[in-house]
Amino acid sequence: MPKKHSLIQFSTPLAGPIAEICLKHGNKPDALLEILHDVQEFHGHVPEEVLPVIANALNLSRAEVYGVATFYHDYHLKPTGRHVIKICRAEACQSAGGYQVIAALETALNIKLGETTADGNVTLEAVYCLGLCPMGPAALVDGKPKAAIKPSSVASLIQELA
Amino acid sequence: MIKIFVPRDMLSIALGADDVAAAIAQEADAQKISVQIIRNSSRGMAWLEPLVEVETAQGRIGYGGVKLVDVHALFAAKFYEGGKHDLGQGLVEEIPFLKNQERVTFARAGITDPVSLSDYLAHGGFEGLKKALAMSGADIVKEVMDSGLRGRGGAGFPTGIKWKTVNEATAEQKYVCCNADEGDSGTFADRMIMEGDPFLLIEGMAIAGLAGGATKGYIYCRSEYPYAISALKEAIAIATTASWLGQNIQGTDKSFTLEVRRGAGAYICGEETAMLESLEGKRGMVRAKPPIPALYGLFGKPTIINNVLSFCAAPFIIAKGWKAYADYGMGRSRGTMPFQLGGNLERGGIVEKAFGVTLRELVEGFGGGPYMGKPLRAVQLGGPLGAYVGADQLDLKMDYEGLASAGAMLGHGGIVVFDTSVDMAQQARFAMEFCAIESCGKCTPCRIGSTRGVEVIDKIVAGQDRASNVALLEDLCQTMIDGSLCAMGGLTPNPVLSAVRNFPEDFGIGPKMMAAE
Repeated sequence: MPKKHSLIQFSTPLAGPIAEICLKHGNKPDALLEILHDVQEFHGHVPEEVLPVIANALNLSRAEVYGVATFYHDYHLKPTGRHVIKICRAEACQSAGGYQVIAALETALNIKLGETTADGNVTLEAVYCLGLCPMGPAALVDGKPKAAIKPSSVASLIQELA
Repeated sequence: MIKIFVPRDMLSIALGADDVAAAIAQEADAQKISVQIIRNSSRGMAWLEPLVEVETAQGRIGYGGVKLVDVHALFAAKFYEGGKHDLGQGLVEEIPFLKNQERVTFARAGITDPVSLSDYLAHGGFEGLKKALAMSGADIVKEVMDSGLRGRGGAGFPTGIKWKTVNEATAEQKYVCCNADEGDSGTFADRMIMEGDPFLLIEGMAIAGLAGGATKGYIYCRSEYPYAISALKEAIAIATTASWLGQNIQGTDKSFTLEVRRGAGAYICGEETAMLESLEGKRGMVRAKPPIPALYGLFGKPTIINNVLSFCAAPFIIAKGWKAYADYGMGRSRGTMPFQLGGNLERGGIVEKAFGVTLRELVEGFGGGPYMGKPLRAVQLGGPLGAYVGADQLDLKMDYEGLASAGAMLGHGGIVVFDTSVDMAQQARFAMEFCAIESCGKCTPCRIGSTRGVEVIDKIVAGQDRASNVALLEDLCQTMIDGSLCAMGGLTPNPVLSAVRNFPEDFGIGPKMMAAE
């Protein structure tokens, strides 16, 4: 059974819980993606201050952990809005009017793809295919799938997040 | 007890299936009607989702596109006895879209409860693994080789050769990795089989493990598929408890364990070597080949890597024999392919047919053409790295060689239909932009070429020095084809150049401006 590393003291209050998450995955370096997912589910995002904690637990360099955390689109190093809309930008949704839905979302939220509303309520992100291609345009709203979205249904979709 | 089926796949849920299932349960309770609600998976008729089915003496009767507001009226029409209602589709198995298919991989989809082991066994499940447990690895390899099965992920490499290479390699540990990073736009067959029949993938991978002498397997599933991930985890736990996975499978001396790993939103991890890096917990950077993954794969050990659909073909091949599988198909494309109809179509979904079906049969016959009233203009075959073909190319036969000779590719079997509202210059630009966003950055033609590609297309569209910029785009694409490390940069020119060649008017150029081939 892998042991907890305790050579370095970390000032972040997250150090304890993050080390626990790493331990749950056996402190295995190959589980880094799973660990980052779990950290994000636990804390909402992956703050840079936890990367050295993970590096220490997995016996990796900080650069290696930073490199992975910044390579993958899923991980947010900065906090997102309270709600996240991931709208599909890929071809199948384009052919079913995806661009119009994205434009309607941007107008209604008054932000562009990749931005968060000023009140911190909603982050709008692009995603490239959710596999709901026959019934596009599709989105994930706080992780819940939505399909056959129309520009006219954008208002009610946003209202649910108010 | 009346059996009512409400699908639980991601698309049905996106269209409200959970609410419908809850409302049916509530209404049945209120009306004191004894029902059993089974959360089956999708039959693959996407336009009818959520498709609610009721078991009757004649067979299962379907009601398509059921919304929450319809539930009350369905009860009033006594749908639970197969009563008439506007949403009624009659006997589900008689719906032409389904009836005219040749379902091998998707034979159980939508019929069974995906995580019921008894359903799986009652429908021929684990027959292949049972036989494989009594066979030598070399015999399993031979069976798969003779079936003519080729990789369904896109490259079409013979599956048997990969398995043979791993079988003949010596190492203290070998692995089986399933590439379930189905990132191609317009493809969803992996998702549907993982959600709809997860035991099938487990069985296929266990057979591969026996063939190659590998005792440990990983399924690398994209994070965009949360329902597939949970179905797989549930099925793996059940299969392990029932000794279809784990140590000493079914009391034999054979062992195979399986683990699901989530991707993290990087398209490039669908490239097999980037996937291996990602499984090792690293950035998804493509590796140079050789060495090939079959010899130097996960953690540097011999590794069988296949797509979900390739593994899912194995149980049938072993259970029924190589010939039963090879009898489907044509030429060097043997077996069946679950084609995926998406985009602007009247009837989208899964159409599993033997190779050799024409594109027209798929998009017009099954798909019914575009749904918004405008005629079909372009079809993208094989995902974001696949070519765009025009309405005059619908008689193409769907098999590996036939498509290759037409400059297109089957890829993972995705078919995305566009009507006349499409701007092909924008589609070409998107292909380059997508490559720029998703490139791992290891090789220059892909990393830089894609960004330059966006700029050149913008200049062409803006009318700046069109002739020389078209020549430049062609030259850039050739550099990407010749110099990229993997298919991401190497195939991005497919959609770009096919858009320019087949739809030059959208770029404001006459056909004569194209460089002579």
